[in-house]
Amino acid sequence: MTQPFMFEKPLGMRDTLPAYYQTKRGVADRLESEIGSWGYLPIETPALEYYDTVGRASAILDQQLFKLLDQQGHTLVLRPDMTAPIARVAASSLKEQSFPIRLSYHTNVFRAQQREGGRPAEFEQMGVELVGDSTASADGEVIALMAAALKEAGLEDFQVAVGHIGYVNALLFDVLASTDEVDNLRRFLYEKNHVGFRQHVKSLELPKEDENRLLGLLQLRGGAEKLEEADALVHNGKAAEALENLRQIRDVLECYGVEQHVTFDFNLVLHMSYYTGVVFEGYGSRLGFPLAGGGRYDELLEKFERPGRATGFGIRLDLLVEALGYTGEKPAQTCILFSRERRSEAVEEARRQRNLGKRVVLQDEDGVENVEQLRSLFSEWIDLNGTKKEDEG
Amino acid sequence: MTEPLKIAMPKGRIFEEAVELLRRAGFSLPPEFDDSRKLIVDAPDADMRFILAKPMDVPTYVEHGVADIGVAGKDTMIEEERDVHEVLDLGISPCYMAVAGLPEYEKTDINPKVASKYPNLASRYFKEQGEQVEIIKLNGSIELAPLVGLADRIVDIVSSGQTLKENGLVELETIVSITSRLIVNPVSYRMKDSRIDDIAVRLAEVVEEDVR
Repeated sequence: MTQPFMFEKPLGMRDTLPAYYQTKRGVADRLESEIGSWGYLPIETPALEYYDTVGRASAILDQQLFKLLDQQGHTLVLRPDMTAPIARVAASSLKEQSFPIRLSYHTNVFRAQQREGGRPAEFEQMGVELVGDSTASADGEVIALMAAALKEAGLEDFQVAVGHIGYVNALLFDVLASTDEVDNLRRFLYEKNHVGFRQHVKSLELPKEDENRLLGLLQLRGGAEKLEEADALVHNGKAAEALENLRQIRDVLECYGVEQHVTFDFNLVLHMSYYTGVVFEGYGSRLGFPLAGGGRYDELLEKFERPGRATGFGIRLDLLVEALGYTGEKPAQTCILFSRERRSEAVEEARRQRNLGKRVVLQDEDGVENVEQLRSLFSEWIDLNGTKKEDEG
Repeated sequence: MTEPLKIAMPKGRIFEEAVELLRRAGFSLPPEFDDSRKLIVDAPDADMRFILAKPMDVPTYVEHGVADIGVAGKDTMIEEERDVHEVLDLGISPCYMAVAGLPEYEKTDINPKVASKYPNLASRYFKEQGEQVEIIKLNGSIELAPLVGLADRIVDIVSSGQTLKENGLVELETIVSITSRLIVNPVSYRMKDSRIDDIAVRLAEVVEEDVR
């Protein structure tokens, strides 16, 4: 390994300079206020967790975890997401609190092995977890809240794709005999490889009707009418249950008035095993990467020994800021440049202006490298230099 | 006024073939595009903009969303593992990925070396075969490697087999057959679904005709 240059940061790490911070802070404030108004309470958890608990339970792939050892030799991970830590808290510190529990978070998470630009290894996420509620109202609530938060942040043109892993599994198991076969086909969906899906289905030499049912899955993408088309493809209890869940979610989304932002997509498979019910992903028209996502994960809590059904979403703050367009706006600030002789006068003036809610920099003229450059940074400028207060008249 | 749909394509023959498919699918593209050195070519009548890239880079443009859709060889898809939707096999520029070597090649246990332009694909293939090899990444003229003793085998694209033959190499194993695919950015796939579905359906019809 070569010695890094002094200005270098580890791969995938970014600085946040004041102007960008301000833009991001503004977006975060709007998201937080929307999430707060729905009654989700913010929590914080440590940056480091045990690999054997949170690390293993997390939806993030093993090779994407940053790992290190503590002094006792335990393997630790930098938290790769907030869902697993919140499940741990809900099952331990909050175990006396009855379900449901509504929690929110705004924090940085870490993902290793990012091979190139555009994929930071540390980024901010904001989201909610609704723990211990199995109703479609809960599923609908988190999707509606995600949409409301994106809208509140200023994102006009966005879509949320909603799928259901319960339905996908019900259809695949209805046609295919073995779990391996189902996993194979589901992996093509997970990899977004429709060509491979079709080729694999054809290679199975199924009865024509079954083949068409599997191929029909790829067409299940669009408005609410797709729920009925999905209904026609498979008749078993699990599929019916999943579709009933989605119909109710659609109703909930209509109640919240966000249905115009929602499309149904039964090909949406965000993870090979983590999610158990509804899954969803949010997209903005101005950025090529999904901004947000989530779903129902009914099997995570029991890994922390408090079985419970749960659903939630996370929004990528870095991507959302990019999609909104970075404004680079700095807050208006006033500078009072003073000489040592007039310092107490300057402090008094600064106090007066700060009390009015202004942001005031108080600067001794002897400490300035370049007055003109400093002046250009401020919207207001007050000179209190010289030896004494100038005559009033 | 909508933005034109941005389509990333490899320059050269694949571009010509893909554009011909689009014409047959009823999109009004000019009979020929002049100025072959341009990297961005507009087709205002079809409301499309073509971004001409290196074949291996097409999935990158599409993944980052600077192109909504693209035409990429399956070889680059396997090599690059980009997060894009692979929606249609266009059936154009068919070829296959193969292992080749000198006719007198015999398996050796001592540090077997394989040269390829596709290091990820090659290393994954040999892992699946249960063989551990050392991969040497080259950027072109892969056939040289066994001739000069840089590697004992190569992994490369074979279309007619002519290049191998001319250099005295033989094909040892076939890995996977390859054609060009229509790929779609995950966000464009949702935000511009009606336009992209329209293109995919119309192209699928043309491709079906060719198969029959």
